Amino acid sequence: MKRYKYDTIFVMAVILAAALIWLFSYLTRSEGAYVRVTVNGELYGEYPLNTDTKVNIGGGDSYNILIIQGGEAWIDEASCPDKLCIKQGKIRYDGQSVICLPNKMVAEVIGGKKPEFDAVVK
Amino acid sequence: MKKKLTGKQIAEYGLMTALAMVLSYIEYLIPFSAAVPGVKLGLANIVVVFALYRLGVPQAFVISLLRVVLMTFMFGNAFAFIYSLSGAVLSLCVMLLMRRTGRFSPVGVGAGGGVSHNIGQILCAMLLLETKRLIYYLPILLISGAAAGLVIGFTGGIVIERLAKEQK
Repeated sequence: MKRYKYDTIFVMAVILAAALIWLFSYLTRSEGAYVRVTVNGELYGEYPLNTDTKVNIGGGDSYNILIIQGGEAWIDEASCPDKLCIKQGKIRYDGQSVICLPNKMVAEVIGGKKPEFDAVVK
Repeated sequence: MKKKLTGKQIAEYGLMTALAMVLSYIEYLIPFSAAVPGVKLGLANIVVVFALYRLGVPQAFVISLLRVVLMTFMFGNAFAFIYSLSGAVLSLCVMLLMRRTGRFSPVGVGAGGGVSHNIGQILCAMLLLETKRLIYYLPILLISGAAAGLVIGFTGGIVIERLAKEQK
């Protein structure tokens, strides 16, 4: 398999890099405090993880329904065609996120202090 | 330096671009979607790998970029265009460099293309969505890009060998 020597080295390096990045993010993770939702790069709202709630993000033709329950957040329903945001599942740790590319919606968990208000809408 | 395109070259460009588009379309038809956006096979890359080895660097660039532009006209929007363009350009550059070193087989070049395609897209998404958090997807995208790229490179390698024999 001498022919594939450098190919093998390359693939090994990629796997190693992926493992290191994953390990780093696993070790540095911490419980999140609230979910920050941005639409189109602009802040849409912030919702604490310790309060159960249901938010209709966007509201109009392009929407994502965000549910917060038992310290976890997930997208339950969405207008996007691929529904990838629903498949991305539940988030609870600092830095985890659910991203809906068609609706340009990002919901990310932020750690540290809770926001001053329960919800800040635009 | 600038020479006129021969009829054969024009036919090659057309054939390869059409083939790349058909492969993109086939992939688009396969109802496969993983939890992480960006995990995909990248069938069209077979054509680009082939072009890189058998036709030449400008051909590979033209075919790849034409595919992105034409597929956008048919199925995409401006957002998807920037997104696929960033992946296509970065993977082309990386595959070209890997080919130039002369140390990698098409399998390695394909893997490099898959990995760099995903890196390009995630960088682009980080810029567009203004979030650094996407970096958390990087491990899975690196692995899936390498895996898909290996398959593509292997397939491309077979085509390169077989067609080389036919042509002589």
